[in-house]
This record gives sequence, C-alpha cells and structure tokens, in this order.
Amino acid sequence: MSIIFVKDMCLWYGDHQALKNVNIEIPEKSITAFIGPSGCGKSTFLKTLNRMNDLIPGVKITGDICYEGTDIFSKEVDVNNLRKEIGMVFQKPNPFPMSIYDNVAYGPRTHGITNRVQLDEIVERALRDAAIWDEVKDRLKKNALGMSGGQQQRLCIARALAVEPKVLLMDEPTSALDPISTSRIEELVMELKEKYTIVMVTHNMQQAVRVSDYTAFFLLGELVEFGKTDDVFSQPREKRTEDYITGRFG
Amino acid sequence: MLNKSLSKKRKGFEVLMKALMLLSVGLTVALVLFLLIYVLGQGVPNITWELLSTKPSYLTERIGILPDILNTVYIVLATLLIVLPLGVGAAIYLTEYASNNKLVGIIEYAAETLSGIPSIIYGLVGMLLFSNSMGTCLMAGALTLVIMNLPTIMRTTQESLKTVPQSYREGAFGLGAGKWRVVRTVVLPGCVDGVITGCILSVGRILGESAALLFTAGFAHAVNGIIDGLAAPGATLTVALYVYAKEQGEFGVAFAIAAILMVLTVLINFAAALVQKHFAKRRSL
Ligand SMILES: Nc1ncnc2c1ncn2[C@@H]1O[C@H](COP(=O)(O)OP(=O)(O)O)[C@@H](O)[C@H]1O
Ligand SMILES: [Mg+2]
Repeated sequence: MSIIFVKDMCLWYGDHQALKNVNIEIPEKSITAFIGPSGCGKSTFLKTLNRMNDLIPGVKITGDICYEGTDIFSKEVDVNNLRKEIGMVFQKPNPFPMSIYDNVAYGPRTHGITNRVQLDEIVERALRDAAIWDEVKDRLKKNALGMSGGQQQRLCIARALAVEPKVLLMDEPTSALDPISTSRIEELVMELKEKYTIVMVTHNMQQAVRVSDYTAFFLLGELVEFGKTDDVFSQPREKRTEDYITGRFG
Repeated sequence: MLNKSLSKKRKGFEVLMKALMLLSVGLTVALVLFLLIYVLGQGVPNITWELLSTKPSYLTERIGILPDILNTVYIVLATLLIVLPLGVGAAIYLTEYASNNKLVGIIEYAAETLSGIPSIIYGLVGMLLFSNSMGTCLMAGALTLVIMNLPTIMRTTQESLKTVPQSYREGAFGLGAGKWRVVRTVVLPGCVDGVITGCILSVGRILGESAALLFTAGFAHAVNGIIDGLAAPGATLTVALYVYAKEQGEFGVAFAIAAILMVLTVLINFAAALVQKHFAKRRSL
C-alpha cells in the first residue's frame, strides 16, 4: 500500500529547475531513503511533500501529489492540517527556546488541546516513543537548549510525534550528530516504522542500507531509480546508480 | 642609506600620529568630565526637596518643578503607549508578512530618513496636525513624539526580529502552526530585547526633546492627574529648563533640572547596555 503518490512533478526556484518529472509512490509504514549527491534536490523534494516550500518565495510546482487520495495542492486542503499529518524533522536540531515540556506540547496546543492531563499524557507518550523519556522525565521544565545535540534531535522527533502524524519526513536527521547519537536515532527510526511512514534523506549510504526498506536515488533533479533497498544496492538497474553507490562520483 | 632615513621618517610620523590621537582622546574625556562636573556642581546644590515636591507660586515667588516632573512622566507614558503597538506592529508586518521586498526597502529607507530629520520640523508639523485641532496640550506633544519615535521603535524591533533563527519558524510551521501562532509564540518572544531597547532609546529622546514640544505642548506648570494633564498644556523638564533659563533668568533652577536630566540620561544609557548584555547572554545559550 502506498500513502503518497507523486506524478510528473517539476519544481522551479525562479528560473532554476530543481526537480524534473519526478514519479514515485511512497509505501506506507516503511522507511524510504532518499540518496544522491548534494544539490540534487532531495531536500527540495522532501519539503514539497508537506508544502514547506510554500514558505519560499518564487517557487513554482507542476504535477500532482496525492496524500491518502487527496491532491495536496487543491484549494480544499488546509496546509496546517497537512503538516499535522505529515510531520518534519530537520537537519539541524531546532528545539524552540522554551522548556522541554513546552516544546513537545507546542504541536498539540497548536491544534487546540489545552487540557493539562491530556497534554501530560501526550508529552509522555511522545517522549517515550522518541526514546528520550528516561533522560528527561526529571527535567521537563528545563530549557531545551541545554540538552546535547543528540538529545535535541530526539526531542525534535518527539515534538513531531506529539501531533500524531502519519508520515514523518526527516532531512538528514543525523548529519549534525556524533556516531553514538546517530545509531540511537537509527534504532529509533526502525522502531517508529511500526506506526509511521518514514521518508528520510541521508547523505550516508551505509545508513540507507542499514535502515531503509526502499531507496530512491536522485541525480541533478531527476529521480533516477527507486526500488527495494536491497535491489537498488545489489543490482541497480541504472548505470548512474551503480556509479554512485560504488563511489565513482558524488 | 635610503632605507634607514625612510624608516626614521616613518617612525617620526607614527609617533606624531599617536600623539595626536592621544590628544584627541584626552580632549574628549576632558570635555565630558568638565560638562558633567560643571553641570552637577552648579545643579546639585540647588536640588531641594521643596523644589522637587512643589509647584511654582507667584505669592511666595518660589519655584517648584513637580508639575514638570509629572508632565514628563505623563508624556513618556502616553507616547510609549501609542508608539509601541504601532511600531512593533509595523515591524512584524514588514519582516514577517510583507512579500513585496522593494516596498519594504522603501519603507525602511523612509524610516531611516525620518529619524534624521531635525526635531523642530516635527514640532512644526505637530502643531499644524494636532495642536490646531486639539489645542496646545501634552497629548498633542505626545502625538508629535509618536511620529518622531515610530521609526526608532520600528527599526530596533525589525533588527531583532531578523535575529530570530529561521529554523524556529520552520519548526513551528512544520508542526502545522498558522502564521499568527508562529509569530506570537516563537518570533515575538525572541524580539523582546529589541522592543525594550527601542523603548529605552525613545525615553531618552523624549526626555531630551524641547523643540518639538515648544510648538505643541506649551509651557504651563500646573499639577494635574494623568488624564487632565494630557488634556492641558504643560512643560516637560527639558522645556521647563529652557523657560527658566531663557525667559526668567532662574539659572539655579535651570541647572538643577539639567543635573536631573543628566543623571537620568546616564541611567538610561546604563539600562540600555544592561538589557543588551542580558539578552546577548541568553541568546548565546
Ligand atoms: N531556497 C532556494 N532558493 C533557490 N534555490 C534553491 C533553494 N534551495 C535549494 N535550491 C537549489 O535547488 C537545488 C537542490 O537543492 P536541495 O534540494 O537543497 O539539494 P539536496 O538536499 O539534495 O542537497 C540546488 O541546486 C540548490 O542550489
Ligand atoms: Mg539537503
């Protein structure tokens, strides 16, 4: 089953075409990795899926993206609800300068939950799901900026989970972290796919192999190859994919 | 040979430059110190409790500056109360909402220019705009000061809005927050320091303003409550200083007021520095 369908999607930043005719179906409750050399449009494509590109002036998009059967660009779609369903974790951990609790409660509060007991429950569950509850349960009122980078990133994951998304977009979530934090996040991501669909950009091919079920290879704005991770890495269909994964460029 | 004489020449030049720079630094410090000591020396002995707590009386021929102190407080409060929402609102609109960059540039340039215009011109305009319709009163003065200080508040708020990391906004939008919620919960708390700094700078300007108020707020020394006070003409401390020195030759009183203003100015600069330091510390966390 696929949850997101993308058909003939092109994207321009002003005159510069960053994505060319992308066609892909993102499978539900699994991990899809986007790989490719930097500047090939991975982040751009990821941000299109929950319309974060709306924030950038001069972006033009053609083609269709359907999420659960709805065209995400149609007028009936409330972009805030779309982003509630399709959450996002960024490359650099970006907790708000407020308490750990308030960070996680930010999303639920945004969507109208004010009941204290209910919020407590949501915050605890999100922090547990993000595998950081034990580390922070005694200092929920402390400022989130005092945490280590790896903790901050797991907090950001918890913050995203707190609004109960169905899809989680992650843009190189471990590239700013040390190896230990990285492997914790990889383990976490693999647990999360039980409940969530995960799309993850990664610069690290070993990570794609370790973590993902499906892999999409981008090059110069094109989706060159998409398939089961094992297949893409063991018997790529395209010469360009083979050159890339064997380290001949990028 | 040639090299040696050249380096000697150069050395002489350097020594001379250094001496000149030292001289100008010394002169500056000496001037500031002289001004401080002279004004405080002339003023402080004239500051008495009676001066601070009474109004001028023609019967006893005593002068008191209580009305002027109150007028100053009223005009500062009224001005800030009006200019803050306007300036902060404009700054938020320009940095967070406006999409026409050219227009934003023009407005920023206009604000920059506005803050350089001599204040007497604001006074002239304020007189025509406000005093002619509502009469000469503190409120007309306050409104004039609003126009004068609007660019300051707007620009300092804008500058500090720009220092709020874009990643905070992205994080909030990514959770499905709408524009106004992002601004209210993530952006505004990050620019409190800019707003406070702008306020402090404005208070400093209001305290020092005379030309714009001479035209608009008048010279009266009556003790009023804040509402009546704003509706009546009145002199602020700076205007009172002018009046006592120039029209009545009361130099003792004038210097007393000068000393008070001087101390306030030092305090205000100190407060501004403190705020900046406090927030710089928090930001680097
Ligand atoms: N905000 C932007 N404005 C203009 N061009 C951009 C912007 N963001 C990315 N690009 C361009 O789009 C292309 C793809 O960028 P990006 O999606 O960030 O690549 P990746 O994430 O694969 O490294 C690059 O050529 C980049 O320069
Ligand atoms: Mg990227």
